Amino acid sequence: MDIQVRVWRQQDSSDNGRMETYDVKDISPDASFLEMLDVLNEKLILDGDDPIAFDHDCREGICGACSMVIDGVAHGPEKATTACQLHMRHFKDGDKIDVEPWRAAAFPVIKDLVVNRGNLDKIIAAGGYITAPTGAAPEAHATPVPKADADLAFEAATCIGCGACVAACPNGSAMLFTAAKVAHLGLMPQGQPERDTRVIDMLQAQDDAGFGGCTNMGECSQVCPKGIPLTLIGRLNSDYRKAVRKKI
Amino acid sequence: MAVTGLLLVAFLYVHMIGNLKIFFGAETFDHYAHWLRTIGTPLLPEAWYLYIQRAVLTVAVVGHIVAATILARRARLARPVKYVHRPKVQGSYAARTMRWGGVIVLLFVIYHILDLTTLNLNPHGVHGEVYRNVAEDFAPGRWYVTLFYTLSIVAVGFHLRHGLWSAVRTFGLQSPRGEFYARATALVLSVVLVVGYLSVPFAVLVGLVD
Repeated sequence: MDIQVRVWRQQDSSDNGRMETYDVKDISPDASFLEMLDVLNEKLILDGDDPIAFDHDCREGICGACSMVIDGVAHGPEKATTACQLHMRHFKDGDKIDVEPWRAAAFPVIKDLVVNRGNLDKIIAAGGYITAPTGAAPEAHATPVPKADADLAFEAATCIGCGACVAACPNGSAMLFTAAKVAHLGLMPQGQPERDTRVIDMLQAQDDAGFGGCTNMGECSQVCPKGIPLTLIGRLNSDYRKAVRKKI
Repeated sequence: MAVTGLLLVAFLYVHMIGNLKIFFGAETFDHYAHWLRTIGTPLLPEAWYLYIQRAVLTVAVVGHIVAATILARRARLARPVKYVHRPKVQGSYAARTMRWGGVIVLLFVIYHILDLTTLNLNPHGVHGEVYRNVAEDFAPGRWYVTLFYTLSIVAVGFHLRHGLWSAVRTFGLQSPRGEFYARATALVLSVVLVVGYLSVPFAVLVGLVD
């Protein structure tokens, strides 16, 4: 199939950036979106042009590295699918496809489609951990976890930290990411000691990093490749309220 | 947003129930309007309760606007470079019209106070003759007033549809079933409010109230 892509090209953070159009010929419908970009990049290199920079790692939909807004939707038109797992068969021959980086003040563009997502790490560093004794692994049944809690915690823990929630949010908020991390640890017995400080510190880190505020629009959950539910934000609000009340 | 918003919704419901008294006739309606001025007496001097309520509502409105402005400003700062290709927001129409919808509602409230509280813009405009003020205000010849009221009330309805369940989420609602009920309740409460408020001008328009 033949398609046309319009890709955001930006040399570095000081460059203003612009959309540039490329024709991609004879692409297999079974190629992934990233493989299509690989083919385009090979052609660009052979032509002596600068290849398009984009983030990728596992290409199995589990690492959270790939990050591009395809036709205005983070990770593209397929629900619960990362860009690397999106295949060209979901497009039509002759389609014109727009590809842009995540756009947020907290995610400055490094080059083309690559953004610096270090601010998500800052949120994690502020409280996304548990205090655990090091040494030999404890016996697995030493700390019982109710099945329902384990399931909910696992659902939250599937967050791969790709940042699509921020990219899609009309407010540029990272609330779904933070909520997933707070729920994931807060639901487990091992996460209880830091439960209150965690939610307060992580939210503070999120605000400090320049992410917007949540207004419950629900865009984040729509584009999340792991389908993290919006209800976790309610959980975060509840935890936050209780933590603040205890602090006072 | 949530605390001030819910306070304002509670007022809207009480206000709507009061409005519906117009269907019991001029005497009942005017008597109700007069009674509002006597709430709290003799503990409080006449009309004091009304001014206390007005003060509380003003604080709520200002607090609501301040919080919304902070959120809007943070949102603008959080995305300095816009998307070139941006389809419509996938969330509900109500959710993406909260900000401009809120501005429309504010302008409406200002007009509404000038029209039916201070009576500056009212065609009858006699204090105490509430029934006549309303009836002449929505007379068929002033269809544009009715149209503006209708658009504004519908805007309020959309605002509440997102606002009500969003407030519940802010207070910590987190179960999927609770979310379903909260969304359904928000929709029902918004529709009831819109129908309740619009019943008055349309009753005047078709002659049920004259």
